[in-house]
Amino acid sequence: MSEANAPMLAADGRPLKKSLQRALRAQKLRALLLIAPLLLFILLSFLLPIGDMLFRSVENQIVPDTLPDTVKDLSEWDSESGNLPDEATFQALYFDLFLAAEAKQHSRLGSRLNYERPGISSLFRSTGRRLDDLGEQYQDVFAGFDPSWEDAGFWFRLMSAQGDDDAARDVLGAERNRVAKLTGIDTGGDIGFVPSATMAELLPRTTREYTAFAVYTVKDKNDVVAEEEPWESVYAALGLDLEAADPSAIAAYSGPGAEVLKAAALQAGQLPVIDYRQAMIDIDEGWGQESNWQTLKLYSGEYTNGYLLNAIDMQKTPEGPELKPEKQRIYIKLFLRTMALSLAITFLCFLLGYPIAFLLATLPLRTSNLIMILVLLPFWTSLLVRTASWKILLQQQGIINDLLVWAGIISNSGRLVMINNATGTIIAMTHILLPFMILPLYSVMKTIPPSYMRAARSLGATDWTAFWRVYFPQTVPGMGAGAILVFILSIGYYITPELVGGTSGIFISNRIAYHISTSLNWGLAAALATMLLVVVLALYWIYDKIVGIDNVKLG
Amino acid sequence: MRMRLLLGAAAVVLVPAAAGMAIAQDIPPCEDCADSMTVISWGGAYQTSQQKAYSEPYAAETGTSFTWDESSNEAVAKLRAMFEAGNVTWDLVDVEGPDSQRLCDEGLAMEVDIDEILAPAPDGTPASEDFGDSLINDCFIPQIVFSTTFGYRTDVAAWNGKEPEDLCAVFDLENFPGKRALEKRPKKNLEWALLCDGVTKDELYDVLSTPEGVDRALAKLGTIKDQVVWWSAGAETPQLLADGEVVMGSTYNGRLFSVIEEQHQPVKMLWDWQVFDFDGWIIPADLPEERLNRVLNFLYFATDTQRLADQAKYISYGPARASSQPLVGDHAELGIPMAPHMPTNPDNMGNYLVNNIEWWADHQDDVEARFQVWLTQ
Amino acid sequence: MAGLPPYASTGQRLWYWSFRAICVAILFFLIVPILVIIPLSFNAEDFFTFTKGMLALDPDAYSLKHYQDFFTNSDWQQALWNSVRIAPVATLIAVVLGTVAAIGLSQPHVPFRGAIMAILISPMIVPLIISAAGMYFFYSRLGIQGTYLGVVLAHAALGIPFVIITVTATLVGFDRSLVRAAANLGANPVRTFFKVQMPLILPGVISGALFAFITSFDEVVVVLFVGSAQQKTLPWQMFIGLREQISPTILAVATILVGISVLLLTTLELLRRRSEKLRGMSPG
Repeated sequence: MSEANAPMLAADGRPLKKSLQRALRAQKLRALLLIAPLLLFILLSFLLPIGDMLFRSVENQIVPDTLPDTVKDLSEWDSESGNLPDEATFQALYFDLFLAAEAKQHSRLGSRLNYERPGISSLFRSTGRRLDDLGEQYQDVFAGFDPSWEDAGFWFRLMSAQGDDDAARDVLGAERNRVAKLTGIDTGGDIGFVPSATMAELLPRTTREYTAFAVYTVKDKNDVVAEEEPWESVYAALGLDLEAADPSAIAAYSGPGAEVLKAAALQAGQLPVIDYRQAMIDIDEGWGQESNWQTLKLYSGEYTNGYLLNAIDMQKTPEGPELKPEKQRIYIKLFLRTMALSLAITFLCFLLGYPIAFLLATLPLRTSNLIMILVLLPFWTSLLVRTASWKILLQQQGIINDLLVWAGIISNSGRLVMINNATGTIIAMTHILLPFMILPLYSVMKTIPPSYMRAARSLGATDWTAFWRVYFPQTVPGMGAGAILVFILSIGYYITPELVGGTSGIFISNRIAYHISTSLNWGLAAALATMLLVVVLALYWIYDKIVGIDNVKLG
Repeated sequence: MRMRLLLGAAAVVLVPAAAGMAIAQDIPPCEDCADSMTVISWGGAYQTSQQKAYSEPYAAETGTSFTWDESSNEAVAKLRAMFEAGNVTWDLVDVEGPDSQRLCDEGLAMEVDIDEILAPAPDGTPASEDFGDSLINDCFIPQIVFSTTFGYRTDVAAWNGKEPEDLCAVFDLENFPGKRALEKRPKKNLEWALLCDGVTKDELYDVLSTPEGVDRALAKLGTIKDQVVWWSAGAETPQLLADGEVVMGSTYNGRLFSVIEEQHQPVKMLWDWQVFDFDGWIIPADLPEERLNRVLNFLYFATDTQRLADQAKYISYGPARASSQPLVGDHAELGIPMAPHMPTNPDNMGNYLVNNIEWWADHQDDVEARFQVWLTQ
Repeated sequence: MAGLPPYASTGQRLWYWSFRAICVAILFFLIVPILVIIPLSFNAEDFFTFTKGMLALDPDAYSLKHYQDFFTNSDWQQALWNSVRIAPVATLIAVVLGTVAAIGLSQPHVPFRGAIMAILISPMIVPLIISAAGMYFFYSRLGIQGTYLGVVLAHAALGIPFVIITVTATLVGFDRSLVRAAANLGANPVRTFFKVQMPLILPGVISGALFAFITSFDEVVVVLFVGSAQQKTLPWQMFIGLREQISPTILAVATILVGISVLLLTTLELLRRRSEKLRGMSPG
């Protein structure tokens, strides 16, 4: 029993099965090792870049990075309550925006939100210009208390740590992080300043704003903290802190600058009482409009589906996604048009390519090779040149119209419009993509033995029946291969529609390019690219199922 | 006789030497400067004029090597990507006013003190006064005033000898049938449409700020929509006019000058309601010391009164300095006086608009989107 | 289709000739845009139109000035030089990596063969604008946007699918027992590759290399994004010539390139005929 079931052994005494498996593994490994360098290369030079770009279609870091505290406070706010956010949110907005304006990031946020709400960019820009005024009101009063408050060195001594302290390091770490996220610069390393833990407890807001000021001053401006007078926002923070501070705690303080600080605390009653909500609305009345706050709240997350919704003509509203008004819908239409034009191009390529492929496959090799040169010559001629050439041929004062007028087919005033519209795109692209239809068709037709047709005819079929019932069905794989290839290449086209398409002959790719280089709405460009890529990959998958990628033939 | 010949020879030798000295005097010494610069501009005749008037004399004197890149059209996008990556390879970028605003707002362009870095006028007027209104923001170093305006063919049979006299001829298909070339963007087109729809210059942007105003402008444009060829590069209209593809079209005035005076095509200018824009330099923010020194040294030279006036020898754009205006001379090759072809010539300024940068910065995204939808309908 | 039999009916004759006519018309459609640019490149004017003088064959209406511009203008010369610097290197990378991988792919039992193949072909399938935008942002981050290296890498990636397709196609017909025979006779794998496998797949490699080369040499979308002024290639300069300054010099360049293509294609055809004759195959 056991003898009969004993495994077969290979020459070296191992079980044959294992031995074979090992050989197979080695073979697989060798194959993979040969492929690995290229795979790695494609991954780095091609796949990662595309993944990176597609990621932009959901990425929305700029909002929480620019207004971190405001966004946190806003999550509590009910956007449909009919009320503006509370005073704390407005205070957070002031301090967030102040730092952003110093780092010149506020208007980038404005541009970002302007894609969702027209006009909001000027709200951010004009606010950025006038934020200093609020802090200056405090600054003047503090300067009146004691001139030390205007001395950079005094501030530095007041805020600096006496020793090493974990709590102080936390504050510093948090502010490093805040500035790094906002500006994208590396905020690590020594900045010549560590905030004092005592101050962090006594004057929390002041400590934070001063530390942020210190990090930015050193890391972005390359200045020395002890030599720079703090920003207006630090005075505003001090004002708020003193209003809220426990007088006994301040009285107990004995570190550097204690006398000046205590004097200020005693006179805190003279500080201006500022309603931040009203102050912000005074700076720009846009802050009094709920709809601006709603936009901010809608787009406050680190990730958003806003761009993707936009790419299918929808928008985010407090009530959820909904279709845009009719007047603003464009992308669905463009997608459909891209498809429709690509279909037309594919069909024309088939119509023109089939006879040529048939001719190539049936002529003697020597003649067919000459014709092949005619087919390949356009293929080898610069795409730009061919497009330019179609421009020359098709325009209203162009060669074709001239010939038609000369031949009396059309009148001089009735010249045909064949360029800067869909017709131009279709003609030029059919020309450009025709070789991609002819080559796969030809490679399939070459393999069909001519004897089949002869057999059909000798069995009594007419020429047409022989062709239609015997020859044609055998060319279907070639047709499928050519058609899908042409269609895939066509829907992603950019240069030719750009140059000859006018307004009715442009494709979705042209909008992607427009959003990348002109409107700078990279998120939307990425979202449109994602949609286009999904369609292309689906077709690619179908192509692989029907034809097999191995069967793509190039001449 | 012999004496005169000698004198003549001496004069011949003296003239270039004097010119060389004048240039050398205008360039301050440059310490710790990079020896090459990458300059971004618009290509075409405009870039050539900059090379002839600024960079070639400067390079001849200092030995600096220049790399030119025609990327001004995508300057904001490319600069943004460069900053995102922390690798800015450009030294000096020629942009239009609105783009400079955007770059300045986003902190991608360096803020400059005009009086500190640029030469005063020959009579001592500080640069900031000399440039005046063209200083549209803290980063912008103005070069020229240009305008977008119309040109029309003078040989259109269907017009029965009539010639357009004002802007509204563009919208008058009855008297002036034929195709028109307009830019594939809403800016300027909407303003022109409203002006020809009875809106006055003062109310223009109040009307446009309402959704109905945009509708109204689009409706007016709609009356000629099927007769419009839309362009996206400034060179297209001259080509279309020369080919007879369109009978009139908007483009930059310098392009029209070239098609009329250099190519001798049967085309005329229609200055009515030209729209002024400024074009100038910005320096990318946070350039390394050596590169910045070179840029500042070059700019001091390239924006002085004489150089700005020199540029007008090659292209019909008005110098941004007031002190350069009287120095505008004849075209370098054609020898015709350039002053009448300047958009700022009083004869050409009967009706005009100045590009409203502030308004467009706010409404660009929205109006552009609506315009694009309208185009695809 | 190889000739009309003597007994063909009238209908057959009619169809035979009308089919030929249709084919000639289609071939004309293929070739006419290329023929049109040749005379226009000798235009004496700076526009893309046939002038009255040209139609009347007036010698003054023709000139070589656009050719002169191409050969003397530093922008065009720089662009030509850049193309010549970029395309061969990109081709070399694509061919070396592509051929090795194609050999790996044609081994029996490659795991995930379909998926790997799909990935390697994808640069040909993904719309160029998407590839260009992706590379633009990603290469910026790596600091190679606007560098020679960046453009070469991008073009190599775009050329790889062509190498994979053509080389795997020739490997399909490759008899693996030849490799085993070589190994039996004591050749090491490297020697086997260069002495046995390489000569047999060489036509596929060459044709793949040609495709990869032309991809880089004719590519404009990606280089516009990934390149900077220092890498301005010939197609880039042509794109500017078309859009920004409408310079007919591009027609002169195109004519020269068409001339080179014709020479190249004819040479290939002649070589093929010669090798067929040598191998004793029928000349067809």
